[in-house]
Amino acid sequence: MNNTAILGADPGWVILVKALLIFVICVVLTLMSVWGERRLVARMQQRLGPNRVGKFGLLQALADGVKLALKEDLIPAAADKIVFVIAPIISATACFMSFAVIPLTGKVNFFGHQTIMQLTDLPVGVLYILAIASVGVYGIVLAGWSSGSTYPLLGGLRSSAQVISYEVAMGLSLVAVFIYSGSMSTSEIVAAQHHYWFAVVLFPSFVIYSISMVGETNRAPFDLAEAEGELVGGFHTEYSSLKFALFFLAEYVNIVAVSALATTLFLGGYHALPGLGFTESWLGGWFTLFWFFGKVISFFFAFVWLRGTLPRLRYDQFMKFGWKVLIPSSLAWIMILATLRLMSAHNFPRLVVASFTVGVIIVIFLVLTLFDRAKIKLEESDVLPDLPAPSFPVPAIPGQSRITYVQRSEIND
Amino acid sequence: MSRGVRSMTERPSSFAKQLLGFWVTFATMFKKVNTVQYPEVKEPTAERFHGRHQLNRYEDGLEKCIGCELCAWACPADAIYVEGADNTEEERFSPGERYGQIYQINYLRCIFCGLCIEACPTRALTMTNEYELADDSREKLIFEKEDLLAPLRQGMIEAPHAMYPGTTHIDYYKGQITGSHPSQEIGK
Repeated sequence: MNNTAILGADPGWVILVKALLIFVICVVLTLMSVWGERRLVARMQQRLGPNRVGKFGLLQALADGVKLALKEDLIPAAADKIVFVIAPIISATACFMSFAVIPLTGKVNFFGHQTIMQLTDLPVGVLYILAIASVGVYGIVLAGWSSGSTYPLLGGLRSSAQVISYEVAMGLSLVAVFIYSGSMSTSEIVAAQHHYWFAVVLFPSFVIYSISMVGETNRAPFDLAEAEGELVGGFHTEYSSLKFALFFLAEYVNIVAVSALATTLFLGGYHALPGLGFTESWLGGWFTLFWFFGKVISFFFAFVWLRGTLPRLRYDQFMKFGWKVLIPSSLAWIMILATLRLMSAHNFPRLVVASFTVGVIIVIFLVLTLFDRAKIKLEESDVLPDLPAPSFPVPAIPGQSRITYVQRSEIND
Repeated sequence: MSRGVRSMTERPSSFAKQLLGFWVTFATMFKKVNTVQYPEVKEPTAERFHGRHQLNRYEDGLEKCIGCELCAWACPADAIYVEGADNTEEERFSPGERYGQIYQINYLRCIFCGLCIEACPTRALTMTNEYELADDSREKLIFEKEDLLAPLRQGMIEAPHAMYPGTTHIDYYKGQITGSHPSQEIGK
């Protein structure tokens, strides 16, 4: 019996309870991750972080949430009221929805019912997640636009431009997974990693996905939309109270969601670490939940680590990196992978495959070397030529010849 | 700038070098934290920390302040207000002619620069290490003379009272008074 069949046999109450559980897990994870992030970043800065509310400050996020909920809910006079209210709802809803197709465990006994901790298994599950993530962008754009204020508008535009451009790279890195596993369904992708994780087999894709998921979630060092020094708070500047809390929730659920997707697609999902496969049957299969969240949490740690280490990128550098580095290299990788897959499907002799691989490696090195040389040459040409001191007080512009100033008397001649 | 220096300063360092930053943050996680659990744990300040002011007394309890207003004049933030008055034989607060009748420091204005302490000719005004000066109204942050006066130590008698028998204000100024005399209690 495959996953779809198992999930298809779920009675209504199981589906309802699962949906509720996913919601609860997401909210609790958000609270815990806000706390965990603050504690971890504090440690990285030799501080303690919140430790007042509850044991180890565990209830800090909850206290902040209550405080937010009790605050005055402001709607600016210039705002488009309906859209202003809808935007955070779109944002928050979309991020929860992507969790529906992610398998959290293997086969388990759920109150006497054999099932999998996954709400539904779509044959195009990963595409569904990408689609939902794109819907989430509407929340950001609409929030920025409907606030009727400059900074939110700029922040919203930045955010959406960022999310959209990194989604391209993200989608392309997923293509490699589709090619390799031959499926878009999350459960089948997990099953395809039974022997080797895709993080190993498809390492370039994994790297590209990891980078683009940070860009996708607007997190440091790609948190340009919330660059305080430039944009105040970004798209949610005008939001307060519960509406702001929804954006906050959406941000963190999004982080968990992309981490969960990365776990599912590259780290073998709920499967145990290599060599620990026997643990998967512990607690009647429920132990796989531990592996799943262990992997998600290690991704989350990476997010925090990045935030604690790297300074924010400049906007143009960020866009350049996305469009000129991530996307082309992703495309090239897909081409190589597709060729290799085709070769193995048509039973090409080994020598051909090996020589193709070696050829690709040589070409990559050649391109990199040429690129480096061109860069150095460009740098050398950047050096200003020794121009004579300008006769007219106009500073010479670097890399350009001086503007020649024609004297009025010469024109008259 | 020569070409070599230029490329060294402007070319980004190697990828491996940039990764070093990750090690810094990771290693810091296992270092001892610097946090002081403030309201419960209070670390002593530096020895000469500029905290709340104090109006000192001589060893017999007479005030050192002579109401000269030099502190008020020295204050760049105009935080000090002093009104001097004459000592009389019946009511003597400080040795010599004058004493500070009204002495106020406005801690909403004070910048804790210590120029007032430098200006004080009798070392009447000094600063303590006390830094907990937050409050919830403007009035509470204007400290009066009784808030600033040093507490009475062993052997001190609360002013006003007479000078130590057989001494002048010069003896006080030279620091030759080491305690109070029983006769100084009389008349209080």
